[in-house]
Amino acid sequence: MNDAGARVAGGLWADAARRLKHHRAATISAAIVLAIALLALVGPSFSPYRYDSLDWNHVAVPPQLANAHWLGTDRLGRDLFVRTLHGLRISLLIGLMATAVSLLIGVTWGAVAGYVGGRTDELMMRAVDVLYSLPYIFIVIILMTIFTRGNVYVLFMAIGAVGWLTMARIVRGQALSLKRREFVEAAVVAGVGTPGILVRHIVPNLIGPVVVYATLTIPQMILYESFLSFLGLGVQEPLASLGSLINLGAREIESAAWMLLVPAGFLVVLLVCFNFLGDGLRDALDPRDH
Amino acid sequence: MLAYAIRRIATLVPTLFVIITLSFLIIRLAPGGPFDEEQSLPPAVKANLDAAYGLDQPLATQYLRYLRGLAHGEFGPSFKFRDFSVGELIAQGLPVSLTLGLCAILLAIVVGVPLGALAALRQNTAVDHGIRGIAVLGIALPSFVVGPLLALVFGLYLNWLPVAGWVRGEPRYLLLPAVTLSLPVIAYVARLTRASFLEVLRANHIRTARAKGIGELRVLWRHALRPSLLPVVSYLGPATAFVVTGSLVVETVFGLPGTGRYLVQGAINRDYSLVMGMIIVYGSLTLLCNLVADLLYSWLDPRVRHE
Repeated sequence: MNDAGARVAGGLWADAARRLKHHRAATISAAIVLAIALLALVGPSFSPYRYDSLDWNHVAVPPQLANAHWLGTDRLGRDLFVRTLHGLRISLLIGLMATAVSLLIGVTWGAVAGYVGGRTDELMMRAVDVLYSLPYIFIVIILMTIFTRGNVYVLFMAIGAVGWLTMARIVRGQALSLKRREFVEAAVVAGVGTPGILVRHIVPNLIGPVVVYATLTIPQMILYESFLSFLGLGVQEPLASLGSLINLGAREIESAAWMLLVPAGFLVVLLVCFNFLGDGLRDALDPRDH
Repeated sequence: MLAYAIRRIATLVPTLFVIITLSFLIIRLAPGGPFDEEQSLPPAVKANLDAAYGLDQPLATQYLRYLRGLAHGEFGPSFKFRDFSVGELIAQGLPVSLTLGLCAILLAIVVGVPLGALAALRQNTAVDHGIRGIAVLGIALPSFVVGPLLALVFGLYLNWLPVAGWVRGEPRYLLLPAVTLSLPVIAYVARLTRASFLEVLRANHIRTARAKGIGELRVLWRHALRPSLLPVVSYLGPATAFVVTGSLVVETVFGLPGTGRYLVQGAINRDYSLVMGMIIVYGSLTLLCNLVADLLYSWLDPRVRHE
C-alpha cells in the first residue's frame, strides 16, 4: 500500500517537474533565484570588507574595481557589495522563515476549519475575515510596537503571523472537498480519529495548492520585510536588509544614485523571479486550468 | 437595496469593535511601557507619569475609559508628542492623507480602466503586450522603489516637479506622490479590466447588440462597460487597504505631513495611544471603503442583493 502511494506521488511530481521544465520563464527564474541565493551565501567572503566595517578613505564612492568596493560604499564608508549581499541573506531568510510560519498556521487553521466544519468552521473563518479587513501591516506594526525592535526572529514571526490568512482560506476550501471523498469516509468508518485523518489523509493531499501558494508567499514576505525595514520598523543597524538599504539609498539620490539602484535592482529581480516561478508551478501542478 | 445596505452596515459595527478591543488588549498586555526608554527615571516620577495617563488603573477601567473617550471622539493624549492629543495629531494629518489616497484611487480608475479596455480591444497586438508588460512591472515594483526613482527622474534630472514637501493648495506637490501610490493600483485595475472586457465582448448580449447594427462605440459604452467594471469595483475594497498601506511609505519618501508618519513614529516610540488611535482611524476608513465598494457593486449587479 505504501508502495502504490509512493508510485502515484512520484508520478504526479515527475509529471509536474516535466511540465515545469517546459515553462521557460519559470526555469529561468528558478536559475536566477538560485544564483542570487548562492551569491548571497558565498559572495561576501570574496570581499576584503565586512558588512559593518568602516572605510574612512572611501566614503560614498561610486562602484569601481580599483579599491575592491565593487558596488561602491555608503555615507559611512561601508562596502555596499557586502552589505547588499548581507541584506539579501536576511531578506531571503525572512522570506523563507515567515513563509514557513504562515504555512504552519495557515494549513493547520484551514484544514481544521474545513474538515471539522459547522460552528468551529464558522468561528475560525470569521476570525480570518476580521483580520482580513484590517490592512495586514497594522498587525505587524502593533506587534513591532510591543516587542523589542531589531530582533529578527520577532520580525519573521510577526510577518508570518499575518501572512497565513489567504493560505487558511485556500486550504479550507480544499479540505471541504476532500472531506467528502471515499478514502476519507473509509478512514472514518475504520475508526481513525479526527487528528489522524487530518495528518494522514487531508494534509498530504493539500500539498499541490499549498506548494504553489507558498512560492507566491515568499516574495510577499520579502516585500513586507523590506517595507518595514524601509520605514525603520524592521531590521536595525548595523544589520542591513534590502529595505533599509533602499531607505538609505533614497536619501542619497541626489549625490549617489547607485546606493538606491543596487539594492532596488536586486529586490525587483528577486520579486519578479519568485512570481514567475509561482506561476510556473501553478501551471505545472494544476494542469486542469490550462 | 436598503435592506442589503442595512445588513451590510450591521456587520460593520462588531468588526470595528473587535478591532478596537483586540488592539487595546494586545498593546496593554504587552511587556514594557511608553516610559521605559527614558533612562534612570526615578520610581516616583514614573508612578506619577503612569497615574497622569491612567496607566495605574485596572485594565477593565482603562478599557471602559478608552471606550467612553472614543464615543466622544477623544483618543486620549499622545505619550510622546507631549503637548498634543492624538485627536489633534490626526486632525492635522488626515486631510493630507485623505487627499493623497483619494487622488491615487481616482487616478487608478481614470487611467487603469481605459488602459485595460484598450488592451482588450487590441488583444494580442503590440499595444496589448506593451500594456500587459507595464502592468507586470507596476505590480512587481514596490512603492519605496518607484517613489525615489520618480523623484530622481522628474524632480532632479528633469526638474519638472518638486522632489518633496507639501504646500497647501499646490497640486504640483501632490503629483509624484499620487502617481507613486497609484501605479500598482493602475496596473491591477488595467489587468482586471482587460480580463473582464475580453469575457464580456464574447457575451451573447454584445453579439445581439452588434447584430442589431448598433454602432461600435455605443456597444462598448452602453453594453460592455458596465458588466466589465464589476471586478474592478470589487477590487476597490482591497485597493483602499493597499493605498492606506502604501501611503505610509509614500508620505515618508516625499516628506508629506500626513498621518502615516504618526503611525510609524508611534510604533517606534511605543506611543500606545497614538498607535491605537491611528489603527482605529485607518481601520474604520478601510471598513468604510469596503462598505462603499460593496454597495456600489450591488447597485451595479442586482443579483448580489438577493443572495
